[in-house]
Amino acid sequence: MEEEIIPDKRIDIRGLKCPYTFVRSKLTLEAMNTGEVLEILLDYPEASISIPKSMQDHGQRVLTVEKVNDKDWIIIIRKEKD
Amino acid sequence: MEFTDDQVIRYSRHIILPEVGGKGQAKISAAKVFLIGAGGLGSPISYYLAAAGVGRIAIVDDDVVDLSNLQRQILHSTKTVGVAKVESAKATLEALNPDVEIIAIKDRLTPENILGYIKDYDIVIDGSDNFPTRYLVNDACVISGKPLSSGAVLKFEGQVTTIIPKEGHCYRCLFEEMPPDGLVPSCQEGGVLGVLPGIIGGLQAMEVLKIILGKGDVLINTLLIYDALRTNFRKVKVPKNPECPVCGKTPSITKLGNYEANYCRA
Repeated sequence: MEEEIIPDKRIDIRGLKCPYTFVRSKLTLEAMNTGEVLEILLDYPEASISIPKSMQDHGQRVLTVEKVNDKDWIIIIRKEKD
Repeated sequence: MEFTDDQVIRYSRHIILPEVGGKGQAKISAAKVFLIGAGGLGSPISYYLAAAGVGRIAIVDDDVVDLSNLQRQILHSTKTVGVAKVESAKATLEALNPDVEIIAIKDRLTPENILGYIKDYDIVIDGSDNFPTRYLVNDACVISGKPLSSGAVLKFEGQVTTIIPKEGHCYRCLFEEMPPDGLVPSCQEGGVLGVLPGIIGGLQAMEVLKIILGKGDVLINTLLIYDALRTNFRKVKVPKNPECPVCGKTPSITKLGNYEANYCRA
């Protein structure tokens, strides 16, 4: 059985479009400590691809990307790098 | 720092950059810079630094806007001809970015006032158009330990250098004394193609932002020369001179003296 990931912080950025989806996620992660986990709820389809990619490029770890209903995704990121 | 929704949008293209982010943008917002000259160089320098959100920009200039300035001094406009340059600049920059505090100083820098003016600022930027001011600013920055971005333009050629006192060279390591009168171009020889200060001032603004962010390499011990006619950039090494009269081991200039000269100020 998979270990459940409990986020240290959750943000709801439904309604935001790129690049503000990433800007908001990045600013939130910057304010967190290394090792902590951020859960992002979003509904802008392109961001479900671009956020995980940009987060990886910035040295962060993408734990899961999941489409949770017709419109929304949840992305879970662990902060690896300050 | 907490950004407002508008600030997140305004600075989003900075925040996206791994080298900047929210933390870098907070550094930019906290920075205080002192700019000499609201002319050809001062225009793009202050325009870009205000756009970037630099927290406080002081601009000193004692001149008023003249119609002949508008071919290159993009801070000013036909409507502000006759207005003090620093007031024209302040109106333009505040319209661009209300986050930025613009301190307009209509004055001429002197050996008596310069140290008092620059003491509360992190970085000094020289966009002046004459040698006495250039040497005065250099010496004041070395004596007070302030980083200095220095730029100059004439005709089709521009120069940029970045002076970090104690770490690298200073302007006098490069040219120890002011050139004699006859070697300085007179007004009618001193034309400039209007875009040139835009390029050199843009480079100065970039150097300033890198100093604020602590990212990349700046022009320490280096003079960058731009030849616009040939579209050529050349970097020349400028070693720190141990015998430099202001930043050397045994400096002869330890306080600001006389910088008067009879140059034509075009």
